[in-house]
Formats: sequence, C-alpha cells, structure tokens
Amino acid sequence: MRLLMLAAVLLLSACASQPKTTLYDDLGGAPGIDAIVENFIKGIASDPEIFPYFADSHVSRFREKITEHFCHISNGPCQYTGDNMVDIHVGMDINENHFNRTVDLLYEAMEQENIPHRTQNRLIARLAPLRKQIIYR
Amino acid sequence: MRLIMCLLSLLITNNAYAADGKLLATPGISQIEGAAGGGFVPWAQLAGYGSREEIAGNIFCSRGNTDNYHLNVCGAQIGLYDRVELSLARQQFHVDALDLNIEQRVFGAKVRLYGDIVYSRWPQISAGVQHKKLDDPLVADLLGADDDSGVDIYVAASKLHLGAIAGYNWFWNVTARSTDANQTGLLGFGSTDGSAQREWQLEASTAILLNRHVAVGIEYRQKPDNLGPKEDDWQNIFIAWFPNKYISLTAAYLDLGDIAGAQSQRGSYFSVTGYF
Repeated sequence: MRLLMLAAVLLLSACASQPKTTLYDDLGGAPGIDAIVENFIKGIASDPEIFPYFADSHVSRFREKITEHFCHISNGPCQYTGDNMVDIHVGMDINENHFNRTVDLLYEAMEQENIPHRTQNRLIARLAPLRKQIIYR
Repeated sequence: MRLIMCLLSLLITNNAYAADGKLLATPGISQIEGAAGGGFVPWAQLAGYGSREEIAGNIFCSRGNTDNYHLNVCGAQIGLYDRVELSLARQQFHVDALDLNIEQRVFGAKVRLYGDIVYSRWPQISAGVQHKKLDDPLVADLLGADDDSGVDIYVAASKLHLGAIAGYNWFWNVTARSTDANQTGLLGFGSTDGSAQREWQLEASTAILLNRHVAVGIEYRQKPDNLGPKEDDWQNIFIAWFPNKYISLTAAYLDLGDIAGAQSQRGSYFSVTGYF
C-alpha cells in the first residue's frame, strides 16, 4: 500500500513538474532547426524550379535569417532581424505552384530529421499566414 | 478493367506533365457524380492539382457494392486555372432483383467563388451544377418518378486546418444541394403524385490526415424521399491514400439505408483517381 502511495506521488509530481514544451523544443532546439535549415537549403539548391529564385541570394545570409525566423516563430529564444516578408519577395513574382513546392521542400527537410508529422504541421501552420506577403509580389 | 490498369500504372510513373501546384491530397478525390469531392459529397475544391496558372485533367473509376445493388462509375474532370471545374460521369447501377442495369450520365460544372482551402482565412467556397439524364426511364417510371432528367445545384464550403487536432491536419466540407433526384437520379426525378418538390439537402464530410499521404474520414449525405419506397440518408467511412500527385486510391464502408424496397444496404466502395 505504501509502495502504491509512493508510486502515485511520484507519478503526480512528474505530471506537476512536466515542463510545457515549445514548438522550438519539439523541432530539436537550435541544433534541430540548424539541421532542418541545412536540409531545406539543399532541397532548394537541387530543385530546378525553385533554385532560380535564390540564384542572386547570399546563402550564408539566407541561412542565418531563416534560422532566426524559424526559431522566433516556434517560440525559441531568438529575434528575427531580417527584412519583412513583402520587401524580401517583391519583384520575385512567386506563384502558388512554386510556393507550395517550397512548402513540400520544407516538409521534406523536416522529414529527413525524423520530426514527427504532427510537429511538422505545427511549423507549417505558423508559416502559412505569411503566404499572402510572399506570392505574386 | 483496362482503364483501371492504366490508372494503377500511375503508381509507378513519374509524370512530368501533370499539374502539381496544390499540396498533396488537397484536391480530394472524385465523388460518384463526377465532381471533385469525397465519395458522395461534392467539395469546394476543384478537381486536380492545377493552381491558378495551370490546367488539370483527371480520370476516375469507382465501384460500390451492397447486398442488392452494384454501382460502377467512370468519368473525367478538367480543372481550369483553379477557377472552373467541368466533369462528366457515366454511372451503371446494377439491380440484382431485376437483373438489369440503370445507366445515367452526369455533366457537372463548378466555380470557385472564394478562397483557398489551406491558406485563406475563411473556407473556400464554390458553387456547382450537375445535369443528370437516365438512358432509359423504365425503372424510374415504374416507381412513379416524374422525370428522367434533372439538375442539382449546390454550394460547398471547405477548409483544411493545419495542425489543428493534436498536430494533425483536419479537413471539413459542408455542402447544401437543391435537388429533386431520387437515389441521386438513378430512380428518376420528382414524383408523379406531385407532392415532391425540389428541396435543399445537407451534405458533410470530415477527415483527419494521419500523414501527408493518408486521410481517414466520414461522410453524410441527406437525401430527399419522394417515391413510395423509402429513401434513406447515406453515410460512409473512408480511408484515402495519396502516394503521389498522380493517383489516389480510396476504400470505404457504405451505409445507404433502404433502396427501392431493399432494406439496409451496406457494403464496400473502392475508387481510383488519376491526376494529370
């Protein structure tokens, strides 16, 4: 009986002290996001339809800013210091097809890190509202 | 059968010319009257993966089997610039008791009025029509139907909520259909006793996407009840597999209630759509 009580107390305290994890944690924190971004960049570079949009960008700056962005939007300890979405994409004339193709590349980048599907959706869900600032600019 | 084999070859193909501008699974599959939708219900999405710069063409075949009836449908759809969908379906409904086939063809058109099922703030809204005509009015006449052709008009709203239920993507669609069709038109339209008028019916579907390739869901289709033999609302539970943007395979369990005097018709449904 005493053992049972002890087990119950331990279980309950485990519940009480369970920290509420952020999406940032679920994505694997800083190393997780770094790996996702790296896969994402490789995916873009090897996609003949998407790569031309990035032909004039500096990979190191893109890597830094999008890492900040993913960290910030997933409640990680970062501030996004890049330009706003409209300014970045103006003149690129990104269409619906290429936007969704890039969403697929991001899904695949997370898949490669074995991020669970449910966590993948949560990051995509937070990024999706930016679409109207990105396409047909 | 040859068409099915041809469709199944899409499982292994790498079709460079197919429209691919939408996210996987978001166009849905093909409903029995030919519109992009679920199994029974036309959805607000337009057929195929074409985005607003693309034209998409699809072909599909479906088969439903219950204790006393067998429905075979094949058809095609064209999606124009994610704005207009045109569809054609040919239905063959085998009645075991009479050992005959009732054949119907359905022309459909659907227009997207607002939104995008994934990205817009409010649900995507579309309106559509389905013109149906029986090849032979014999059975419809015997049962007291008024006409051998009719037009359904519908408005559909649908939305995919990203990560909405424990991180899973959640889809729903609600459709209101104005119709006087008996058993979707296979048993004719209206009734000769004049009591049956065109009326609005409610249809709904909802699904959870277990991953990017598999959706499980349910559908409900309210039905009119114009003829002497009782007509029931329809329901199904389905699983759909989208291995790539060229093909989808769907299996369902049907509960169609009473059909022309044959009671509680339940059975299986299988459907394949090829996307180009």
